[in-house]
Amino acid sequence: MDDGPGGWLTMASPVVEVQGLVKHFTLGGGVVASMLGRSPRVVKAVDGVDLTIGRSEVFGLVGESGSGKSTLGMTLVKLYQPTEGSISFRGRDVTRIAGSALKTYRKDAQIIFQDPYGSLNPRLSVAQVVEEPLRIHGVSDDAERGTKVVEALDRVRVPAAEYLDRYPHELSGGLRQRIAIARAIVLEPEFIVADEPVSMLDVSIQAGILELLERLSRELGLAVLYVSHDIATVRYICDRVAVMYLGRFVEYGDTETVIARPGHPYTKRLMAAVPSVDPASQRTRVDAHPDPSGSDTAGAATETCTHEEPHWEEVEPEHYVACPLH
Amino acid sequence: MAEMVEFPGPGRGGPTRDVLEVWAGTRRRSGLAPFVDGLRLLVRDPFALVGLVIIAVFFLVAALSGFLAPYDPYEALPTPEGELARLETPSGDHWLGTTAFGNDVLSQLLVGTRVAFIVGISAAIVVGIISTLLGLLSGYYGRYVDDVIMRATDVALSIPTLPIAIVAVAILGASLRNIILVVVLLFWRNGARIVRSVVLTEKEKVYVQAARAAGASHLYIMRVHILPNVIPVAFLWMTMSVAFAILAEASLSFIGLGDPNAMSWGQMLNLAFTEGSIRTAWWWVLPPSLCLVFLISSIYVVGRAWEEKTNPRLRRR
Repeated sequence: MDDGPGGWLTMASPVVEVQGLVKHFTLGGGVVASMLGRSPRVVKAVDGVDLTIGRSEVFGLVGESGSGKSTLGMTLVKLYQPTEGSISFRGRDVTRIAGSALKTYRKDAQIIFQDPYGSLNPRLSVAQVVEEPLRIHGVSDDAERGTKVVEALDRVRVPAAEYLDRYPHELSGGLRQRIAIARAIVLEPEFIVADEPVSMLDVSIQAGILELLERLSRELGLAVLYVSHDIATVRYICDRVAVMYLGRFVEYGDTETVIARPGHPYTKRLMAAVPSVDPASQRTRVDAHPDPSGSDTAGAATETCTHEEPHWEEVEPEHYVACPLH
Repeated sequence: MAEMVEFPGPGRGGPTRDVLEVWAGTRRRSGLAPFVDGLRLLVRDPFALVGLVIIAVFFLVAALSGFLAPYDPYEALPTPEGELARLETPSGDHWLGTTAFGNDVLSQLLVGTRVAFIVGISAAIVVGIISTLLGLLSGYYGRYVDDVIMRATDVALSIPTLPIAIVAVAILGASLRNIILVVVLLFWRNGARIVRSVVLTEKEKVYVQAARAAGASHLYIMRVHILPNVIPVAFLWMTMSVAFAILAEASLSFIGLGDPNAMSWGQMLNLAFTEGSIRTAWWWVLPPSLCLVFLISSIYVVGRAWEEKTNPRLRRR
């Protein structure tokens, strides 16, 4: 991968920079299995990803279930240890950090989970949920924590006086997600992974949460990795987007360009699957069988490829497509 | 696009609530505060209150049994005519009658309360601590820690209960301390498995991952997010262990391995059984049975209410 990503790496002071990231999961590697000489099965969730995200940028990551997009997000905040490759945060290598360095990184990189019903401990009040990260990071002064919690709740537009002493089961999904976001920003991080933050919410309140994320990114200079399978929400808030398939990026670039003129056969299929509001446009049926690099003629795959290695092609400025033959 | 408004109108307390006051209201007083709060909530539950009162009464009786018992529980008492007071029905002299050996049932019952508390409670506490600790470590850390602890549990589970108890007490000697030790050795294994299964579900909760992403240590996660969900289960297991402990003590007493210096409820029942009086001498059989039922169900009701009160979702507001 020497052609494409170079263009990205020149970005002025990226917050997060990822090179060749690989995350494999080993299944069935127990004591008994190893004694019986069974070789463990390997799942290649993330299989070589390059990526940079800058300040105040919302970077979209789309792909179907099982494409490895959530794993990538969770590896970036170090909930998983990468198998190979490197992650650097503001120029500092955080791939293999542990102990106090990891704790410092946790302060800078936060995650918002998909399920707002599961991400808040039902035994803790809103105040306790939002202040927990402060407690963990040793903010021992109660008044100081109070001020910061109220400030974070203000930022997510939740009236603190009304909700501080409520418990999660008393709140709606949208409110819970706002609380989860408040908790994520209370430590003033610079990077947030939003793992499908609106997919479990009612459509009527999705826009509010997306709006909030975009505004926070702008106001706080946050780098946001927005993971989703919903092209519509990606289009709504993302500056750039990458399409992920079987653990790899197959296409990335400016959101509008990628959506308007998808270059990779897989992206074309993905876009063809998005319902259109125009009654005149007939959706073309494409073979949904997941074989983007194979023999089908859905897109550019008819060309012959002379390269040995997977490589990127810049089809237009800031729009890269992976060679579909690899 | 305007931001969606999703807040219901003015909520509890109206718009006049002061942020800092509300914040101060959410503060937990440190140390024993959760237990004090829990106790305060328990007292409001009628069932739990009754259970607590019964336990408290039994506890007082156990503590004061030496003063309360009208006779020596082992003394073979004579009738005014000079014969052995054998299987006498309740009367003014013997409120709960006498046994086939001429002992005063009430005195034995009162002394038995103390034995029940000593054996039941101390065994349950040790069982609770060991099971919680091993289950927590095994479930939370998984992998090799889990393998080692669970294989040890499997071995412990394969031990037949009563034969080992008999052998152990026979070797170590018949005393309350050894009976407690044997009960602990035999009952930590199920508790550890139960706690482990709870930990396995709890540690997969998204909020545990959220805490980890926030930088929480393993100790913090276990203490704040896992233990509160484990304790009610461990507590329930402990209440069952009380019953097991008392039963095990009775079983051992039955075959002559009970502490000869301690008259327990189980021992009373077993004596009544061996004397063939279990169907006839109701005054000998009913009191220890009822005491067992009341004490154990009270502990169970309090354990159940405790779980309900410490879990906000079950809390009736």
